[in-house]
Amino acid sequence: MENKDALINYCLRVGDSSLVLGQRLAEWCSNGPILEEDIALTNISLDLFGQSRMLYSYIAELKGNGETEDSVAFGRNERAFYNTLLSERPNGHFGDTIVRGLLVDAFNFHFYTKLKESKDSTLAAFAEKSLKEVTYHLRHSSEWIIRLGDGTEESKNKVQKSLNELWGYSDDLFEMNDDDLNLVSEGVAIDLSSIKPLWQETINTVLSRAKLTLPENVFMHKGSRNAVHSEYLGHLLCEMQYLQKAYPDAKW
Amino acid sequence: MSDLDKFLEKIKNNVKIEPKDWMPDGYRKHLQRQMSQHAHSEIIGMQPEGNWITRAPSLRAKVILLAKIQDEAGHGQYLYSAAETLGKSRDEYIHELQTRKAKYSSIFNYPTLTWADMGAVGWLVDGAAIVNQVSLQKTSYGPYSRAMVRICKEESFHQRQGYEIMSQMAFGTAEQKEMAQDALNRFWWPSIMMFGPHDADSARSGDAMKWGIKVESNDELRQRFIDKTVQQAEIIGLTIPDPDLKWNEEKGSYDFGKMDWDEFWQVVKGNGPCNDQRINHHIKAHEEGTWVREAAIAYAKKNN
Repeated sequence: MENKDALINYCLRVGDSSLVLGQRLAEWCSNGPILEEDIALTNISLDLFGQSRMLYSYIAELKGNGETEDSVAFGRNERAFYNTLLSERPNGHFGDTIVRGLLVDAFNFHFYTKLKESKDSTLAAFAEKSLKEVTYHLRHSSEWIIRLGDGTEESKNKVQKSLNELWGYSDDLFEMNDDDLNLVSEGVAIDLSSIKPLWQETINTVLSRAKLTLPENVFMHKGSRNAVHSEYLGHLLCEMQYLQKAYPDAKW
Repeated sequence: MSDLDKFLEKIKNNVKIEPKDWMPDGYRKHLQRQMSQHAHSEIIGMQPEGNWITRAPSLRAKVILLAKIQDEAGHGQYLYSAAETLGKSRDEYIHELQTRKAKYSSIFNYPTLTWADMGAVGWLVDGAAIVNQVSLQKTSYGPYSRAMVRICKEESFHQRQGYEIMSQMAFGTAEQKEMAQDALNRFWWPSIMMFGPHDADSARSGDAMKWGIKVESNDELRQRFIDKTVQQAEIIGLTIPDPDLKWNEEKGSYDFGKMDWDEFWQVVKGNGPCNDQRINHHIKAHEEGTWVREAAIAYAKKNN
């Protein structure tokens, strides 16, 4: 793989994760537990869509073959999507969504903090902008985890169960392939093993305030770095890409 | 001077009525009904548009639509707060919505079947809402008037965005144009009925005009909407589905055909295609969120 292809693939990893999680959070619209949460969750969704658009535009520019942000988003199938497994997990109940949010937001926070220093100036600028947004996302998910963990007996049980179920997808966030490692050596990409302890510390701090405990001996699912996904992604893409695929000649 | 005289004097002199001012019971009740209905419309209106967020045909369209729906949630929030100044809580208003004591705009009881409906809703439904809301900026109740000023700024964006979708489709492929015309056909009549019954048949209009809650009549507002919308349809080559629509030189506005008030009242009564779906959706989200709201309250109590 050429260096450019490696960079494009790296951008897909980040952009697809934002797009797919944005799509999931958009499903909360009109379904939130209170109006204010409808607004908050769709705010986060909007930020994530914005992030994916920036990266897809960059990919289109790198390819230079007439691709657009939309052809990148709507023109690929599930075996060419590189989003993390967590981002495609179904929303479940509010606690599931918030736990998924915490794991991803804490990752994004540390990831963008490092990516700001990337030698690729587009990625660095992208990270700088995104960091401001994910700082808010992390605050939102942390505050809710604490409220739910330290709220009622019912909420504590529910959110602990969410954590137990979703924890097994957390290692997948840190997966890297050989191309990523090459980009790391060039100072373009981030060595994800370097942010894992920071991420773990953030998670531990929030969970201890929420009076929740990490499950032990959990099997860790992986595969998304090679575009191997759960069955959920195909359905999400079907819905998202339906108009583009049904009317390939139309402009919208 | 009696309280009532002082109140009517203020109305006459265009002095806004504020929450702590004396007001007739009927005035308060009318506003509680109208403002909560307005808030509920913003909230229920999130559903037919939310129906297309995950399927929007471009990332730009998706973001615009989602931001728009989010604006509406914000309007709802703002209107509930304004309505709370009348001495009833948001929870009480929502209870009235869910038990169908309170209404919301009937237009949202129609389904959004194609992407063109996102255009039609923005162009026609928001377009009609703006005409009404611009007029309501002059309403006599201070918090309501101020809410309208703020909301109108955002609504005019929404209307332009809706029109942009319509015009893109109207000038697109044959299939897109067909979708656009079909959306106009389905949404035209319900949109012009959004202004409510003819003045002669509008039971509550008299009081509302006397108290300065309404400053223009249903028929005046409807006419204004039709006059500006017909031209917009012509520009993008779509046909308003009304064979009787005709420019009337003498009165300087369009004549138009008969609205189907039987259908209108059926939908108001709960027999529209989506009445049950909309309310059940609202109740379901509310009930599924009960444990979350309880947790937030419990946490706040422990930590205060």
